[in-house]
Amino acid sequence: MAEKMTGAEMVIQALADQGVEHIFGYPGGAALPIYDAMFQQDFVKHILVRHEQGATHMAEGYARSTGKPGVVLVTSGPGATNAVTGLTDALMDSIPMVCITAQVPTTLIGTDGFQECDTVGITRSCTKHNYLVKSVADLPRVLHEAFHIATSGRPGPVVVDIPKDIQFAVGEYYKPENGTLRHASYRPQVDGDVRAIEAAVDLMLKAERPIFYTGGGVINAGPEASENLRELAELTGFPVTSTLMGLGAFPASNRQWMGMLGMHGTYEANLAMHDCDVMINIGARFDDRITGRIDAFSPNSRKIHVDIDPSSINKIIRVDIPIVGDCNRVLEEMIRIWRSKTNQPRTEAIAPWWNQIEKWRAVGSLNFKNSDAVIKPQWAIQRLYEATRKQSKDVYITTEVGQHQMWAAQHFHFDKPNRWMTSGGLGTMGYGLPAAVGVQVAHPDALVIDIAGEASVQMTMQEISTAVQYRLPVKIFILNNERMGMVRQWQDLLHGSRYAHSYSESLPDFVKLAEAYGGKGIRCENPAELDAAIAEMIDYDGPVLFDVIVEKDENCLPMIPSGKPHNEIILPDTANLGSIIDEKGRQLV
Amino acid sequence: MNAHLQPTGSAYFLTQETQQTERHTLSVLVDNEPGILARVVGLFSARGYNIESLTVSETEHGRRLSRITVVVVATPKTLVQIKLQLERLVPVHRVHDLTAEGNYVERELALIKVKGSGEHRAETLRLADAFRAHIVDATVESFVFEVTGKPDKIDSFIALMSPLGLVEVVRTGLAAIGRGPEAM
Repeated sequence: MAEKMTGAEMVIQALADQGVEHIFGYPGGAALPIYDAMFQQDFVKHILVRHEQGATHMAEGYARSTGKPGVVLVTSGPGATNAVTGLTDALMDSIPMVCITAQVPTTLIGTDGFQECDTVGITRSCTKHNYLVKSVADLPRVLHEAFHIATSGRPGPVVVDIPKDIQFAVGEYYKPENGTLRHASYRPQVDGDVRAIEAAVDLMLKAERPIFYTGGGVINAGPEASENLRELAELTGFPVTSTLMGLGAFPASNRQWMGMLGMHGTYEANLAMHDCDVMINIGARFDDRITGRIDAFSPNSRKIHVDIDPSSINKIIRVDIPIVGDCNRVLEEMIRIWRSKTNQPRTEAIAPWWNQIEKWRAVGSLNFKNSDAVIKPQWAIQRLYEATRKQSKDVYITTEVGQHQMWAAQHFHFDKPNRWMTSGGLGTMGYGLPAAVGVQVAHPDALVIDIAGEASVQMTMQEISTAVQYRLPVKIFILNNERMGMVRQWQDLLHGSRYAHSYSESLPDFVKLAEAYGGKGIRCENPAELDAAIAEMIDYDGPVLFDVIVEKDENCLPMIPSGKPHNEIILPDTANLGSIIDEKGRQLV
Repeated sequence: MNAHLQPTGSAYFLTQETQQTERHTLSVLVDNEPGILARVVGLFSARGYNIESLTVSETEHGRRLSRITVVVVATPKTLVQIKLQLERLVPVHRVHDLTAEGNYVERELALIKVKGSGEHRAETLRLADAFRAHIVDATVESFVFEVTGKPDKIDSFIALMSPLGLVEVVRTGLAAIGRGPEAM
């Protein structure tokens, strides 16, 4: 059933038909017709951001915590260029996002018009797909297709660039079910090859030192995928580790959980990756933060790789059994085939492997020397975690990028998927605060905390104003060490402790800053007062900037220096980081 | 250049390819929509793949389909990645590695301008005849030849023309198609 309306009305109607309740945006000249159409309805609610980058990260937080696409609306020129960081972030982390960018009228395109930029040219390499709509007749198809492409297969950001004259033009709108989702060339493969899955299960049935290495793909495949991962882990009895992006898919409270792997992963997870005989990669992509030195990566294992993106398979690490498909569907098949072959976990066969893992676990790679004089950042996160466990509310954590991010991944534990939002692939400082705002929009009654660093948080600080405007009670938990801590740590490790521009000078008074924005500010530097201050933060009904003054030169350990194999991990008892790199072939078993 | 950084073992310095490179011809069927060529070429430049030759034109007007023939030089591992990365592009229907599949024909067309008089002019015509080059333009002191064939045939013809007064060359790049009754 076609209906006549303007292009601007089509945008709003398509959002409503796609079930979009919230969009994050910022108006401007070229976007005004769409804003005008939005003004005349109340299904789609608009959150006015303070900077378009903030809108993209909010949409990411919204998407990652709900499984629904995040939607962004920005104007032409600077509106679009400011969105580029968030689009790239969403592409790297496979976050479903639809970003509508306004464009100058078609007659002005190519004339260097006011607020004109080549949006589709600029965003071509940082989106899954993009469109410049040159006729209103194409608009309904393009809008529905954008949602289909953003949310199916390996999710990602899609840009729809709409010139102002197309927003004014009148055309026929049709709803998405009108056969519009059948795309001629875009057909992601979701069902894994059954023979490959059977071969994988056969390999798993013979494994003596198996490991599940899971990633963000499990989260993207929906909550059932996490349920199925739990079931398969229970059926097999195999240990489970996960990438940064996959935290929460497998419960941290489960005995089979080994903690995160990779550059700042646990000793047991990394050593098990190195020594395993069968590796089952589900929805992870052998990122360089995970593999370390490629030629020394898990040298004696047979590898199974489940991924919905065929180009992820054999890109970095050669695998023995590639399975292209949706993680959930493949996990279901693995469970079915495993059940058809046995009703026992491989408890006895892998008992020696578990003994070995327990020995590695006993090393206590996440231990740190606590202090009663100064707040240790790891301890601050542990206390935060303990405080949130007592909450009846659902708890969602976002982070910025750096040491605090890794400490949060190590010391904050997740039992459910979609509770952990972090910039993994792109490593975008400034992601966490707006992402928390987006999560809070989607989950107004939840406790949403951005674990931040004082350097990162200043990159998108202004979004606290958005939180105040929409009464979104996000908590910004700043681990303030007056350093770009991870940069400082790398300078210690690699550059003779020459701290080139890695310290935060002229820091604002975060308490006064919070108050200036209309939020609450809290500062704490005494370990004895931390618990009470955290309770005060959680109990306050409104946005809080919590400035936790922590130990300045704490290192984030354990650490596999990049380019080293997993068994050359640096443990926390290492006193002098600067001396490590010269000792070749250091073994820490 | 960054040799002093080597001992740190940063992963950025460890991606040296040890495999031998190969030259492959890929045939890519795409929707003929604005920006498709930029998407394909952008993918090659963003991921550091080398294009030796690229030919593109609409081949099915009714269905708005174009065929891109691209010649790449890469290691076997990278060749697989190139195919998979191309297939990830939304408007790409199919990618065939014709070299890997083995059975195909490839042709290129070149227009070659040669200047000369007297003995050189006669010799030029004799060689052009041997290469079945057609004269598409002639003046009293120059010819433009059209020559079609495999790229190495065109290379040879150009090499022969070089001492005889070669002025300039334009080549279409390679067009390739699988043998037999099947479509790609």
